[in-house]
Amino acid sequence: MTVDNTIPTPTGSATPSGSAASAGGGAGGPMSTSSTATRVLGTISLVGIAALVLFGLVLSPPDAKLGETVRILYMHVPTVSTAYLAFVITAVASVMYLWKRTEFWDLLAASSAEIGVLFFALTILNGMLWGKITWGVFWRWEPRLTTTAVLMLTYIGYLAVRQIPNDTRTRGTVSAVIGIMAIINIPITHKAVDWWRGLHQERTIFGTVNPEMRGLQLFSAYLGLTVFMVLFAWLLIHRFRVAWLTERAADVGVDAAIAERRAERPSGAVTTPAEGGAS
Amino acid sequence: MHEALLVMKKDLRLEWRSKVGIGQVLPFSLLVVLLFAFALDPERGVLERVTSGLFWVVVLFSSVLTIERAFSVEANDGIFDALRLSGMAPAAIYAGKVAALTLQLLVVEAVLATAVAVFYDTTWRGPVLSIGVAVIATLGIAGAGAVYGAIAAKLRSGSTLLPLLLLPLLAPVLICATRGFEVALGREAGPGWPWAALLGIFSAVYLTLGALLFRPLLEDA
Repeated sequence: MTVDNTIPTPTGSATPSGSAASAGGGAGGPMSTSSTATRVLGTISLVGIAALVLFGLVLSPPDAKLGETVRILYMHVPTVSTAYLAFVITAVASVMYLWKRTEFWDLLAASSAEIGVLFFALTILNGMLWGKITWGVFWRWEPRLTTTAVLMLTYIGYLAVRQIPNDTRTRGTVSAVIGIMAIINIPITHKAVDWWRGLHQERTIFGTVNPEMRGLQLFSAYLGLTVFMVLFAWLLIHRFRVAWLTERAADVGVDAAIAERRAERPSGAVTTPAEGGAS
Repeated sequence: MHEALLVMKKDLRLEWRSKVGIGQVLPFSLLVVLLFAFALDPERGVLERVTSGLFWVVVLFSSVLTIERAFSVEANDGIFDALRLSGMAPAAIYAGKVAALTLQLLVVEAVLATAVAVFYDTTWRGPVLSIGVAVIATLGIAGAGAVYGAIAAKLRSGSTLLPLLLLPLLAPVLICATRGFEVALGREAGPGWPWAALLGIFSAVYLTLGALLFRPLLEDA
């Protein structure tokens, strides 16, 4: 995959503008971020979510040990897996940015991290709901929830850095470094939190209770995973295109301002002679 | 190696002349030790039980201040460019920065350990484990801190961002160092070396990453 993408360097940066242009087209810039591909992905996601609701909440039977709470897993596992996938993409794109220095990788890293944080927030939320039912409290220092909370703060820092106005090269380099540092920290944080909680092991979401899924339960679990992956791809493409267009809009903004100033001069000289005299 | 020593000496000399560490960071860390005593009433025996955790929280806060200081000095007078022009390898500059930070933080920790022993009535039982854990953890804090300090110095409003960036990353260091100290203080049974080992992995990983990533940070950011 890397080889295909990297040999013709310009394609990396040309692809998004090509696809964005095909979406809306024209020199005036596209007005929408959708394309046939995203419409297909979007339709699959929405239908898939409806199917997941049906299978996860209605058709699949409650678990022997976990009871009805097993249904949260159909969402919890997909959100957390998708978030980790998103951060892996951020890290890979960050490495590629430091190597290739193309806007494509920078914006891909940023878009992916943003969706990753969203899915982490969802994970914590549905983990807390599970906790309220199972433990009677929203929060317990269960290893997985704790790790997720710490890692989410790490990536909120990443997004905060991206919000600071800066020239694109500084922003890209700095956030690429953070994107790489952050992912290396994931296994270390996991290990540390596991050992930290190891002495008083509790019922965990995945840990000590391992629901034996069969039939419709297993199907719902895999359906959830698939649906969320498609949803992620859909959101990622849209988010990336929005980021790409934002950059273009910023370029256009500068060009337009320059053009405006140039246009100003002759007419200004005519209407206000004092200014012309001063210069 | 020689270059790293030069950078380290430069930083320590700057520090010695400006006295920011002695004049501001040390008093701040002692202040936090007092504040914890006010927050958690000393009469209830809470302080003795949570000493190692408090110790490392104070170290983390002090390290944010020290790191911020070590890099804002560079950014203000355009010394980043001067360092690049000097022709030194970015990895050597990084190593020098880390060494200077480590030494400064170890001084802070030594003073804190004494303060904690006096104010919280702590007896340091396992000197080898304590010192080992402290040195390895400090290397990790300085290793990650030097990268994030450089980032913060490059960004507007970087100084307010530094704690948000650095502290979540250092969460494993806080966990491991606290647990290592619990064992060293005899509050917790079991071997302390796994904690030191995990700290060692953290430090090694971040020192390697920092040495690799310091070049793009110095040259392109």
